[in-house]
Parts: sequence; structure tokens; C-alpha cells
Amino acid sequence: MNSFSLADCTSLESALSELKSGAVVKAGGVDLLDRMKNGTDTPTRLVNIRRISELRGIHETSDGLTIGALTTLAEIADDPTIRSQYTILSDACGHAATPHIRNMATIGGNVLQELQCWYFRSAEFQCIRKGKEQCFAFSGLNQYHAIMDYGGCPSVAPSSGAVALLALNGTIELTSAARGKRMVAIKDFYIHPDANPHRFNVKADDEILTAIHIPQPAPGTRSAYQKYGEKESHDWAIADAGILLEMDGDQCKRAVVTMGAASPVVRRSQEAEAVLTGKRITEQTARAAGKAAMTGAMPLSMNAYKVQLFPVAIYRTVLLAAGQMERDPSAAG
Amino acid sequence: MAIHPTEVIPDALMSSSAGASDAASKTVKMPIGIPDFTLREEERIVPDSEPPVLPLNKDLKYIGKPTERWDGRAKATGRARYTADVQLPGMLYAKFVNASVPHAKILSVDTSAAESHPGVKGVHVIEKILGNAVLRNPSLEQSRYPLVRYVGQPVAAVAATSPQAAEDAAAKIKVKYEPLPFVVDMDLAREADAPLVFPGAADQAGTAGGGGSAGGLTQTGNVHGPAVHKVGDAEQAFKESDVVVDAHYTTQVQTHSALETHGVVADWKPEMLTVYASTQGTASVREECAAFFQLPMSKVRVITEYMGGGFGAKFGAGNPGVVAAALSRKTGAPVRLMLDRQEEHLSVGNRPSSDQRLRIGAKKDGTITAIQLISYGTAGCGTGAGCAGPATNLYKWATLHVEENDVFTNAGPAAAFRAPGHPQGAFALEQSIDELAERLNMDLLDLRDRIDENPVRRVQRQIIRESAIWKSRHATPNTDAGPIKRGIGLSQSVWYRHLTMESAAEVRVHKDGSLEVLSAVQDIGSGIKTVLAQILAEQFGVPPAKVEVKVGDTNYPVGPNSGGSVTTASLTPAVRDAAWQASQKFLASIAPSLGTSASDLSLNEGMVRSKSNKFQPMTFRSAAARMNTDQVTAQAKRIPDYDPKKYDTYGGVDVAEVAVDTETGRIHVKHVYAVHDCGRPMNPTQVISQINGGVIQGVSYTLFEHRLLDPNYGIMVNANLDKYKIAGSFEIPKIEVVLTESYIGQSSTDASGIGEAAGIISAGAAIANAFYNATGVRIRQLPMTPAVVLAALNKPKPQMEAL
Repeated sequence: MNSFSLADCTSLESALSELKSGAVVKAGGVDLLDRMKNGTDTPTRLVNIRRISELRGIHETSDGLTIGALTTLAEIADDPTIRSQYTILSDACGHAATPHIRNMATIGGNVLQELQCWYFRSAEFQCIRKGKEQCFAFSGLNQYHAIMDYGGCPSVAPSSGAVALLALNGTIELTSAARGKRMVAIKDFYIHPDANPHRFNVKADDEILTAIHIPQPAPGTRSAYQKYGEKESHDWAIADAGILLEMDGDQCKRAVVTMGAASPVVRRSQEAEAVLTGKRITEQTARAAGKAAMTGAMPLSMNAYKVQLFPVAIYRTVLLAAGQMERDPSAAG
Repeated sequence: MAIHPTEVIPDALMSSSAGASDAASKTVKMPIGIPDFTLREEERIVPDSEPPVLPLNKDLKYIGKPTERWDGRAKATGRARYTADVQLPGMLYAKFVNASVPHAKILSVDTSAAESHPGVKGVHVIEKILGNAVLRNPSLEQSRYPLVRYVGQPVAAVAATSPQAAEDAAAKIKVKYEPLPFVVDMDLAREADAPLVFPGAADQAGTAGGGGSAGGLTQTGNVHGPAVHKVGDAEQAFKESDVVVDAHYTTQVQTHSALETHGVVADWKPEMLTVYASTQGTASVREECAAFFQLPMSKVRVITEYMGGGFGAKFGAGNPGVVAAALSRKTGAPVRLMLDRQEEHLSVGNRPSSDQRLRIGAKKDGTITAIQLISYGTAGCGTGAGCAGPATNLYKWATLHVEENDVFTNAGPAAAFRAPGHPQGAFALEQSIDELAERLNMDLLDLRDRIDENPVRRVQRQIIRESAIWKSRHATPNTDAGPIKRGIGLSQSVWYRHLTMESAAEVRVHKDGSLEVLSAVQDIGSGIKTVLAQILAEQFGVPPAKVEVKVGDTNYPVGPNSGGSVTTASLTPAVRDAAWQASQKFLASIAPSLGTSASDLSLNEGMVRSKSNKFQPMTFRSAAARMNTDQVTAQAKRIPDYDPKKYDTYGGVDVAEVAVDTETGRIHVKHVYAVHDCGRPMNPTQVISQINGGVIQGVSYTLFEHRLLDPNYGIMVNANLDKYKIAGSFEIPKIEVVLTESYIGQSSTDASGIGEAAGIISAGAAIANAFYNATGVRIRQLPMTPAVVLAALNKPKPQMEAL
């Protein structure tokens, strides 16, 4: 790791004023310090926002929820309102990483974390996402990589929080000293590698992610998220599913199906949603939705198994959301 | 002592002209066998100086009883001082510069910018690399610097006043390479036109932990071998067999991933080189330092107070040890060099891969007519991929044909790793034995009873047969409906009674009643400190916690290198002998003041008594006050086993219960029932703890761990503990251990080791056999990731091979 200086800020204002000449924001420090230890990121100045109390906490508003960016994954996972009304989010935050990391990692950092591709994370490989031309995964080791809609970079979306927030139609609040606040829907927040391989999201360097707003789900909404790793303790998803069902009796009025580990940007599967909408939720419809979600899948040399795995993650999570199945013990992580 | 994984116990280790056949000897009756099953007595002729025969564990107070780890509190509270905790005045911090290319000749190393970096006190460019195989004919390569054979091979190192300065300066060293063609994939390396890792034949010696390979084998391209072991005519025997099972198995490269990385603090002073090392062998570090720097052994001191895991990879000084010592000599200051996690994965050892074709022929009654194993494996730019130990030593066969090949690749050299070769070999053998039983329509345990004559294993199978877990096993595979299927399988393991005679200790009795035991042996985490304390406790009747245990320092009498499960078997008899002799000297030293002779005195359960009732029994402590000297001492060294012609193996039978999610391809190991022996268990708590660890490491190897090298660049993509996946708390099954206490009548403690046999050998096969029981599908590839499992389940059911 390179040497760096640290600006320890206790107010948003002072933190924003520090964001100049290459300084980067440090919140929980989980992802940033990993990248610095790998030698892929070498910032010379960090702005520590972790002690800014105004950016922390879960607040119910008239039309939903506002979550401060510094709220930890553990706090979100344990929040009774989120657990009952926004279950998909507590599921996602409660099964990320490890208990230790969830106590340090913030929701803002979770949403902003960078790709987990092992080529991207190695200082030895200068890839398309680091301003060069090449992707090393296509002809290299790609068993954990994307299976659809990857364009020139088959890395997968790393944030499980974002998989939940996409299904909940969340909004990201970005704040800068120069321009004040702006709101960006989560569906517009991430940038596909083909649109711009060098930027992962629309946040500008002088902006801080300050909060996340989530609208109140419609009455009758049930939701769930499940992550499948190779192991249950501390692993990245090889398949995951965020499911939100607006139920009217036993009919599904509206369905949202989201995935993270399938593509470089968190995605909704309209094909899967179409299968569920207007139907009674049964194992059969759930399985059909899982299958539909793989429309357009183009696995790489080593990850065809993920095309088999995703439909399972989806059907089981649909049934979990619908209250027809227990949480999958094989997706405890 | 180099242990070749496939060798049958060498008699040379067991016998010696001194010892049991000495004129001054006595005949004793010793317990033999397993209490409640096969216990009996046998006579042994032992030297007169040996202590009385140690009773069965049930009749002892401290030995054989569950005992709290002697240094457990120090470890749990952070008081324990590991190598990385050593802080010496003026100490410098060193950092390696490692090769960034997999195969190259180094043209130049420019250290000028690093040397002028603030805080830098010394730079060292490596001229001799350790660990890699060595060319038989060194003149085939003309190069000022060692050839680079893998990404991560150390090239140079910097010592500076802070870790940050050392790291920043190391980044300024410019290495100019002439790249050479390379190969990291074993199958590609076997091809005729593959790039050559070595320009000629090369060999790697094993370490005290095993590994390496026999020298002088043929080498064709990158293929080093075969090492051939033939008994009888296997091909003819196959023709005469009623059944032949023939299968192909592959296993991956696993890295040791000990919690504590390799490293030393080296302090070179004119009068003495002192090395604080994370090592499994203080003696091995001392020997290598003395040899490398041409120092007398007396001028090298090695200290290992606490050790954070080695698993076979930490013998000798290695590159970190000699480079730190060289930097310390150069700078005149102590130098700390601890590897980081990436270096730990790349450059200090791994378990080789394997590609095995295994054929077993049998008669209708199960008798094995022939075993043939043709194996290839890559130990990177080292050797030691042989894996025929189980096929050779686990069962009785009429003919045997083994060919083991090492395949050189441009990857870090392997090192001995907990039961070298055996997890790979057992993964294949024990699945094929199950398959054989099915083809013969025989019960799995009945077949093993027929082909395995080991009396301990027989008892262990009986325990399994009567266990609740085995009784709950589905009689036919693929019984459960639904996507999640339960299955139960078993595997046996085998390891060998290796010993090292270089095992000695000194016992001191002080006039205040305090006790010390001293030996250079290092406690690598398995708990030898506690066991030594128990031995003195038993002799003098004081609690183990009251005994002072001083180990891990070559200033003390020589101790065994801890590899191949030798430590307990080798050292404990020497310690008991020293304790016994010290107790006799102690009685002699108190006799005058008690107005009697030593022969009138006895010391039992902490009380000194007069046989002629000259005085009331008194405690050991109050008797000690009557010593006619301040301290009595006794030293003893290991004597050969009492019956040099006999040899024993250890092992166990492990049962695994799995739940296979046939839709996700995930395997959850729910329960492992492990029945094991290790002679007399000295401290059952620690024995069980080692078996727990072996099972966990075995589950981790079977399901997750996999060193992944990018085929195009030769770089390991998962050189961390995040993407190199190791079992975590959710993955650890319920582990139930049954110890078969087994007496063999071989030494004054009759104890043996458990490190190798503990779980890791059998986990892969037990889980694979359980997987078969769950699904009806054979899985012959490790690790069993969802990708591998789904591929196996997707395959059309294989046809039975024609008889």
C-alpha cells in the first residue's frame, strides 16, 4: 500500500470541501483498503467520512424510507421496519460478506464497491476497466464471470445491496459542494461497460453518496433476496436473485426480478417478470420465471453452470418471497 | 529425515545396534492392543535404564487425561509472542522483490534507486534460490542470477527502517528479464513440444516433512519419472481377475494457507546468528543456516516460541531465512522478513495436483489380485507429486504396478503438505474400492475386512458398523426424492510410524520443588508443550500447569523436526526417560537427610514414602527442600523402538454425511464421524483437536480450495484468502471423534502422532462416496464445486464396464 494522508471530517460540509485534487472518500474502508492493499488504487489523500453522524441512520418518511449512506449493513439487516416491509434489503445486507465486515461496511460503500473480477483486482493486469484495451477474462479464468449482457467486460455487479435497491426502485442521493444535491434512480446509477468502460457509475469525483431513498412498497408486497456462493461463509455470489411480488390475494399483480452476478450491471429480467405477472405463484410458475430469466444468456468458456444455477436461485427466491418455501439452507451466506 | 510418501516403513529408521539388544536389559510385560477389544500382554526386552512400564491410560492421573492446553491462555489473551511479534532494538523490516513473469532469464537488477530511498539500510540480490528443483547438470544454464521459473519467485530484498520504506524501495528495484516460453497447465506441459521448465533433468530433495522425489529418475521433456514400483505381474493378474475397476481421477493444487505466514527475524552478530523463525523444525533452520553461510552449528541459534501453523511447508530457513540473515549481516542490524499473503500462496509450497488412472482387479471373494496406479501430478518447479501411498499400503494385494510421474510447470514449488500424496491417493483408491464392492455385491465394510488385515482398522470398522450414523445410511444410492439428497460414505486412511532419534530433553528438579523440561522441539500448534508437562506431572505428582516447559530454542537439547507425525512418538519417550532418571537422582539427593538410602524411597502420586516406614509420607515439595544440592538434572535421548522388527501404521475410518443440492450443485457436509488411532493418546483433548482440524482442512480441500493460475500469463488470480476459498464456520460439519486407544509396546510412553492421519487423507473419498450414496453418480474430480458437481450430474449415467 502507498503512503497517504487522511482528512478526518466530522461534517459533510468539511468533507465536501476536502474532495479535490485526487482525494477519495473513505467510509467503512472495506473495499477501498482492499484495493489499496492490492496496489490497484494508490490515492495519496483519503477523506474519512465515517464519523459524520448526520449521514447515518434509518428514517421513515411519509412516502418511504431514507437511509443514511453510513448506515452499516448490520444495522439495515437488523432494522425491524426493513425486515418486515423491505425484506429484500435486509436479506441482501444481512447475507453480504461476514458479520465482521457487515459491522464496518456501509450501504453507501456497498453500492459503490468496485468490480470483483480477479483481473481487475490484480495490479498485474491492466484491463479495459483501467483505461487499457484488453479484457483478460474472455480468454482466461472466467468461472465466476458474467453470463449475459456483458459487452466488452464480463465482470459481474458486486453489490448485493444494489440488487435489492433495484427491485425496490431506490434513488441515490449525491451531494457536491459546487452543485448541491441531485437524485439518481438506481436503475440509472450504474454505467454499462460498453457505454463507458472507465466509469462504473454516474457519481462525479467531487460528489459524496449521502443517502438512499426507497419508496414505500405497495400494499400486498412481499420480497426476498437469496445469494448462492460456492460456500456459505464469506463468499461472493455465483448466482443471486432479488424478488419483489405485489400480491392481490393469491394473484401476483406485479413482479420484479433482479440479478447481480449475471452481468456487469445489476439487471431486471422483464422476461421473468412477465411470466409471474397476473399468475398465481406456484413452483411451476416460479420455475418458468427462472428459466425465462436466462433468455439471451451467453456463457463464457467456464461458466455455463451459472445458466443452470440462476433459474434455481430465482425459483427458490420467488417461493421464499411468496411464503411457500423456507430460506434455502444452501444460500445462508 | 526425508519421507517419501509411497515408501513402506523403512526398517533402517526402526532399528539400531544400540538399545533393545544391549546386555544391560530387562524383560517387561507390556499392554498390547485396544482396551475392550483386543487387549493382551506381550513381553519386551528393554534397556535397564528404562522406566517402569507405563500403565493403561485409565490407571494414570495426568497422562491420557483431557488436559487444558499448557499455553492456551497465553494464546487466547494475545500474550503469546509469535515471530512477527519479535521486536529487537534497531530492527529493520525487509521486503522481497518477486518475479513478475513465469519464466525468464534475469539480465540485470538495478538497485540504485532503492538504495538511495530514505530509510533503506541494505539491498540483497538473490544469487541462490532455495526450494526449486535443481538441475543435475548446472552447466546447462549460464546465468548470473537464478532463472525465474514462476511468478512470485523472490529476486531481491530490501531492508529499511520501516515496512513502508521497505515496500516503497522494493518497488524501485528494476529487474530486466529475457522472457522464456512457459507453461502452467499440467496437461499442456506433458505434450511433446511443450516449453521446457528446466533445460535438463532436475531433482528436488524432500524436507523433514517429506515431499520431493527420488533422484536419478528419467526425465522426458517436463515429465520427471516414472518412479516405478512393481511387484509381480499385474497385467497377467488383471486377466485372471473376476472384476476389474478402472477409473480416472483428478485433484487440484492446494496451498498450505497457514494463518501465520512464513517469516523470520534474523539477528547476525559476530558471535552468533540468532534466527527467530516460524518453523516446524528449529533443528532444520539451524542446519540450513549453518550450511548456507558455512557457520559452525554452535554459532547458530534458532528460537520458535510460538508457531502459527505450518502443515509441512515450514522446514529449513528457506529463502526468507537466508535472505533476512544476509541482510542482517550486511546492515549490522536485526532484520524482520515476514511474507505477505500473496507471497505465501506463491512461493513457499503447495500440495501438488494429481491425474491418476487406477485399476484394481479382484476375485469374486474380494481378494485383490492387482493394483495398478499410473499417476501424474505437478509440483510446479519442484517434485513430490507421487500419490501411491494409499494404493501401496492400505490393502493387501497380490501384484502391484505403480508409476508416479512429476510434471514440471512454471509454478511455485510444492512442499510437504500434511500427509504428502495421501489425500490425492485415497480420493482415488477409496472410491474405487467402494466401486469394487458394488461390482462384487459385497458390503463396503465386509470387503475391507477381507482385504485389510490391520487389527486396529478392523476394530475401527466394527465401531463404524455399530454406529448410529452408519446404520442410518441408505442401502441403495439415490434414494431421496426431491432436489436435496442425503448420502453417507466412508474412507480409510493410513500413515506410518516414522521416528527421529534426534529427540532429546533435559529435566530439572529444583530444591524449591519446581520442575522444568527443556527441549529444542517447537510446538507447531499441536500441543507438544502440554504433553511434556503431563509427562513430568505424572512422574512427580504435580499438576501439568505447574511444570515449566521450555521449548523452541536450539540452546536446549536437540528436538525433532515436526513433520510426518513424528514429534510425539519420537520425543515423549526421551522426556519420560529423563523424568524417570531425574526422579531417581532426586530420591538419591534427599535420602541422606532422611537417614535412609535411595532404594528405600519411592515417589508416587506426588508423595515420597519410605518402604521401611522410616518417616511419614511427605509431599514431593517438602521432600525437595531436603535435597543435598540446588538442582538435579537428567538428559535423555530417544532410544530405538523396543521391537525393531515390528512396524505399525496409523489411520482411521471416517464416515461423512452429506446433503447434495442436485439443482445448485452445492454439497453440504453435515456430519463427520471419525474413528482414529495414534497409539496411546497422551492428551485426548489435543488429539481430538487435531482430528477436528484435519477434517476441516479435508472438507475445505474437497469442496473449495484451488490454486488458480491464469493460463496466458502464469499469474495466480486468487492469491488471497477471499477468492482462494477456505471452509468457514458454515462449512464445518458436526465432527464426532472416537479414539481407539491402541497399545503397541514400543516405547516408554507408547505414544504416536496423529497430524497426518487426522481426517485430511480420507475426507475427499468419504465425501465422494457419500455423494455417490446420495445421487448414484461418481464424482472423480476435486474440488467438488457447483460447476464440477452439476457437470457430473448432467452427464448421462455411465454404463457398467463389461466384466
